Amino acid sequence: MTHFVVVGAGQAGASLVARLRAKGFEGRITLVGDEDAPPYQRPPLSKGYLLGEISRERLFLRPERFYGEQKIDLLTGRKVTAIDTSVRSLTLAGPDGAEESLSYDALALTTGSRPRHLPAAIGGALKGVHVVRTLADVDAMAPEFAEGRRALIVGGGYIGLEAAAVACKLGVAVTVVEMGERILQRVAAPETSERFRQLHAAHGVDLREGVGLERLTEGEADAGDGRGDGRVHAAQLTDGSTLEVDFVIVGVGILPETELAEAAGLAVEDGIRVDALGRSSAPDVWAAGDCANFPLGEGRLRLESVQNAIDQAEAVADNMMGAETPYVPRPWFWSDQYDAKLQIAGLNTGYDRVVVRAAPEAAEDLSAPVSYWYFRGDTLLAVDAINDPRSYMVGKRLIEAGRSPEPAQVARHDLPVKELLG
Amino acid sequence: MAKITYIEHNGTEHVVEVANGMTVMEGARDNSIPGIEADCGGACACSTCHVYVHPDWVDRLPGKDSMEEDMLDFAYEPDTQRSRLTCQLKVTDALDGLVVQLPEKQI
Repeated sequence: MTHFVVVGAGQAGASLVARLRAKGFEGRITLVGDEDAPPYQRPPLSKGYLLGEISRERLFLRPERFYGEQKIDLLTGRKVTAIDTSVRSLTLAGPDGAEESLSYDALALTTGSRPRHLPAAIGGALKGVHVVRTLADVDAMAPEFAEGRRALIVGGGYIGLEAAAVACKLGVAVTVVEMGERILQRVAAPETSERFRQLHAAHGVDLREGVGLERLTEGEADAGDGRGDGRVHAAQLTDGSTLEVDFVIVGVGILPETELAEAAGLAVEDGIRVDALGRSSAPDVWAAGDCANFPLGEGRLRLESVQNAIDQAEAVADNMMGAETPYVPRPWFWSDQYDAKLQIAGLNTGYDRVVVRAAPEAAEDLSAPVSYWYFRGDTLLAVDAINDPRSYMVGKRLIEAGRSPEPAQVARHDLPVKELLG
Repeated sequence: MAKITYIEHNGTEHVVEVANGMTVMEGARDNSIPGIEADCGGACACSTCHVYVHPDWVDRLPGKDSMEEDMLDFAYEPDTQRSRLTCQLKVTDALDGLVVQLPEKQI
């Protein structure tokens, strides 16, 4: 029987195996993940789950019984340590350390990404220093989020800002340091950064932009012999100031998880290099999701998003069954901070101007709808919409249809946004 | 606990029991009912969990907030009365007997 193996049991892996069955693949399917939980949603980790509003089971993308019902062998808590593409076989480390091999007819790598850590040399390995990626990460940090404690968030990207919002809601005193000149610098226009700056300031967050972390220092052990207690106690910042902190959340980006692919000799270049169908450089090895670097137009792209994890994985599933359909992303993202819902359609790379669409009251009222429309010349590239689902949906439709509204019309808040659809 | 009937676009009916506190979307997801995608996992960010509520139930459900209303306006063939996003419908005993129909496609 034909055997498809999928390595990496996150959103992409789960979507891929479900799609294979939905499309009628009748062979054997094995899904391997190194975490203990079945595939789960990561976005709520830095939002509702951290707030304690969503239970662990509700994060699961499918109930555990789904895999049995669909005859999918789900191996959790298992790490793939090597792939031999010449004989189509991989090596699995068991929970007891014993190794076994598994043969495949086709292999898909949906290994995702891993967070960047702070170097141990600047205190990155101290207790109380956390990253946000897995359920285990968030379970470990959740007890830190207690009223009256002091948190330092390193990095003003979406993960850091979402963690800041949760911390604030739970009564934690929050400082965010962003070494770039502004928060969200890598992903959004100055206008969007400014809106979120105002939002966090209104909730009492101490936001410091253009300020990096020099090092984290530990407290003194009780023995009083000058030795440290191994737990973060203070942060020295690049502006020369020192902050006392109880815990630290590090949100300084993620890296594609390509170690296994590299060791197996696959072409890797900011992710596992795949073609438009999702094929890697090795025969019968595919990749999808955060870990995959795919061609788009003249260039190449790697996306870190739920949309890409689902859609690319489904395209790869279809192609593993012979569809030969190139993957063309239709990017969308979201972020929830306090009561602000940010929805993003498209990719803003290469924009040369931003058109703001906002009612006059939006200047005073941070909950009012506002949207930022990214153009390159006359071409609409992306929309950031905050509490403004109508602008998001209109922008998404236009971008997917390859249509661009008149920038002057976009700015007219007195005109219903739907009229931009023509 | 509520017994909920999901009717696929092709007419296939699924009757399942969904625990209080879950959403109508999660009831579909956890019972592998095709036709509700819920790509965003229930964050009211994607509008791919759209259904048409049975006419008898339209007035018996809690109202839509503006976010749901706005997202629905752009769903696939929305109905001003019957369309709902199932991620925004929390299950209580009062939803026992609810019947929802799935659209031909989500977006």
